[in-house]
Amino acid sequence: MSDTITESPTDWKSAAMRKRVKSRYRKERIFKSFGLVALLIAGFFLVSLIGKIVIDGSGGFFQTSIEIDVPFQADILGDPQEMALGDFEKKVRSTNMMRLIQAAMALHFPEVKNRRDRRQLMRMMSTGAREQLRTMILDDPAIVGTVKRVSLLASDDIDQVIKGNIDINLPETSRKVKDKEVAWLNKFQSEGRVSVNFHTLFFTNGDSREPELAGIWGATMGSLLTLVVTLFTAFPIGVLTALYLEEFAPRNRFTDFIEVNINNLAAVPSIVFGLLGLALFLGVMGLPRSAPLVGGLTLALMTLPTIIIAARASIKAVPPSIRDAARGMGASQMQVVFHHVLPLAMPGILTGTIIGMAQALGETAPLLMIGMVAFIVDIPSGVTDAATALPVQIFLWSDSPERAFVEKTSAAIMVLLSFLITMNAIAIWLRQKFERQW
Amino acid sequence: MTNSAIFVTITILALAAFAFGRQRSLTIASGNIARLHSLPRHHGYFAASCAMIPALAIFTIWTIFGKDILEGLMIAGLPEEMAAQYREQAALVLNRIRLVVENSTTNEQDINIISAANHFKELYRYGIWASFTLSIASGLIGLLVALNKTQPDFRARNHFEKILSIILIASSTIAIIATLGIVLSLLFESLRFFNEVSIIDFVFGTKWSPQTALRADQVGSSGAFGAVPLFAGTLLISFLAMLIAGPIGLFSAIYLTQYASRPVRKFGKPLLEILAGVPTVVYGFFAALTIAPLFRDTGDLLGLAISSESALAAGFVMGIMIIPFVSSLSDDAITAVPRSLKDGSLALGATKSETIIKVIIPAALPGIVGAFLLAISRAVGETMIVVMAAGMQPNLTANPFEAVTTVTVQIVALLTGDQEFDSAKTLSAFALGLALFITTMLLNFVALRLVRKYREAYE
Repeated sequence: MSDTITESPTDWKSAAMRKRVKSRYRKERIFKSFGLVALLIAGFFLVSLIGKIVIDGSGGFFQTSIEIDVPFQADILGDPQEMALGDFEKKVRSTNMMRLIQAAMALHFPEVKNRRDRRQLMRMMSTGAREQLRTMILDDPAIVGTVKRVSLLASDDIDQVIKGNIDINLPETSRKVKDKEVAWLNKFQSEGRVSVNFHTLFFTNGDSREPELAGIWGATMGSLLTLVVTLFTAFPIGVLTALYLEEFAPRNRFTDFIEVNINNLAAVPSIVFGLLGLALFLGVMGLPRSAPLVGGLTLALMTLPTIIIAARASIKAVPPSIRDAARGMGASQMQVVFHHVLPLAMPGILTGTIIGMAQALGETAPLLMIGMVAFIVDIPSGVTDAATALPVQIFLWSDSPERAFVEKTSAAIMVLLSFLITMNAIAIWLRQKFERQW
Repeated sequence: MTNSAIFVTITILALAAFAFGRQRSLTIASGNIARLHSLPRHHGYFAASCAMIPALAIFTIWTIFGKDILEGLMIAGLPEEMAAQYREQAALVLNRIRLVVENSTTNEQDINIISAANHFKELYRYGIWASFTLSIASGLIGLLVALNKTQPDFRARNHFEKILSIILIASSTIAIIATLGIVLSLLFESLRFFNEVSIIDFVFGTKWSPQTALRADQVGSSGAFGAVPLFAGTLLISFLAMLIAGPIGLFSAIYLTQYASRPVRKFGKPLLEILAGVPTVVYGFFAALTIAPLFRDTGDLLGLAISSESALAAGFVMGIMIIPFVSSLSDDAITAVPRSLKDGSLALGATKSETIIKVIIPAALPGIVGAFLLAISRAVGETMIVVMAAGMQPNLTANPFEAVTTVTVQIVALLTGDQEFDSAKTLSAFALGLALFITTMLLNFVALRLVRKYREAYE
């Protein structure tokens, strides 16, 4: 051994080695922290996404009302004592209720004489206030002739001021609500007439151009009808396909080809399914545009791979001993499958189906292709009625220029997300409850 | 008479057939089931399918082809002047007639069109009654045949099972039919498009402005269908998305598989899965209303001109969306690496990170590449985020601060709103769809190949 070498290369205590080890451990720590940071960033994205929606959206469930003293004048509405009830109702239906609100506003602000100001005053109330008044009178004709304090919907701009989404400290020219309106609003507020209430119309109305009247019921019904069609096509076809491939099919070119096609379908972008729906269901078959029937069929093709793959996994998990026992009792292959394998595989199949349905519920792009983006006020009642779906409604509202639609959109997203969470929770519950170790 | 009424009648017929078949077998066996080869309910099933299948077949043919046949008949019966007009502008005339048929309150003036519409309505009435009668009659004949066959030694169960197995095979071919339908419909419409616009111009042209002229003498609306700006925009946004999703997804997968304790893993995996479960329209809303203004304002502060519909915002949010695709597939690839490789490396004194970088990732590389390719194919086909957050201007640029447009955005823009099936503008959407379909298919094919090949190597 030579004296010139004072340290051997594997001397763990040498300074160079210590330094090297130290730097290696530092690299280790850095690498590990990269991983953690990546995960944290992903978590941060999720939290900020959901947080932003919840912060924006929670206001959408509430709406500002203003209580005004409405004189239900008999000379505008007609006197129910002097007329037949039918005539009275006819008259009320044809009367412009704006005049009542005008009269009420004149009571509150006698100083406003200018025509333009008066019109501006009227714009503080929602156009839906007229309908509110009308139903009130039709419900109780005795109200005519009295002056009653009535809580009516405020317009969306006023609502945004109350919620603080329109900053009244900005210069007057750069905001939609002018100083005069703010002054009037302040007067109402000082009299305790302004209130923010839970907005049930949001859940019961169809779409509307007015944010304070727009609701999600029409879109929810549209989504529901679409999903029903999807379920009734994709579920049987998916389950039967899975049964065939797992239990009956011989391994040959044909079944391989089927499997290739299922995998392909799973990878096709959703918008291409929309093109298929447009060309096939609307073009060739001539089914009605904008109908949940077409939307449902298109989404069924899209969810089919999900259901088939889940069903196959679940059927595969049923142990062969079950089949052998059934065969031993003399059951035919059909009886083995439909009496024994299928019921045992059902919880897994249902889990997969629910997850597939949740995907279909959140899907937008293919529905745009087949015309489910129209502005539809009516609530659809059948699968061939023109309808829109919840995610499409979100898309439509997000395009609206009104400030108030931002919170409506976020609120609709919250509703959509809660549906999705519920469906996934049911799927998880099913899996945990019925999962069996054989 | 409506289609749904026919359907309901067929259903009732099938239920009745079940009851009849079952009852008949019982009567023949005079109550002693032991004399029957098959159980009474099998006779019922057999009778029901014998009644339902021909009836449903006729009904399906009617719903798919009925209208076309009737329209052909109606056109054959057009008066001479109308027929001449039809030969010139087939689609226009047909549309006007259809409009009157569907909506009797239109302000259509042409008496010929109205009479043609009435003629069609009359034909339709005949047609629907004919199909009703035919389908129910064929159902009844099927039922009679089935009842006639019901004998004690008739193997009803075997026959029914044969029918059932045919149904099974038929439903498993739906996947093939759907793929075929996609390919054919895209191809067919695209070919019509390429008749008008040369395929070279489409694939290599750099100018995209799909407005076709309404009149021949109109200026400045000749329509240019060069798709290169769209492909470039799609690539740019997908690239930006992968810049976000690639590292974050891969590092999360590494952390979750190699470092995280069980509770962290149990918490982290679902967290990423939630990200995958959020509907894309929600991401689009987030991109358009939160991220895009945020980027624009940041750009203003830094003196950068970031467009409010920048590729950056769309790509960023799309990156968030595809994190879970990258992470879960990489996760699978990493966990599939045999433990012996990892243990060998650790035993030689390598640190965990050295093991990961030098052993595990190289071993899992094909799977990870596959995961990236699948994520790219997701990004290329993604629609709602770009529709809501990316622009409409076909910009040929690599600058992420500018607005670009993508293939999917243009498909949506071309096909929403009023449209007619014959214009090059509408048809070009199908050509774009075809390009999209081929791209994603190729990406998936390669990705799945990679994943499978390397999985086999370790099994």
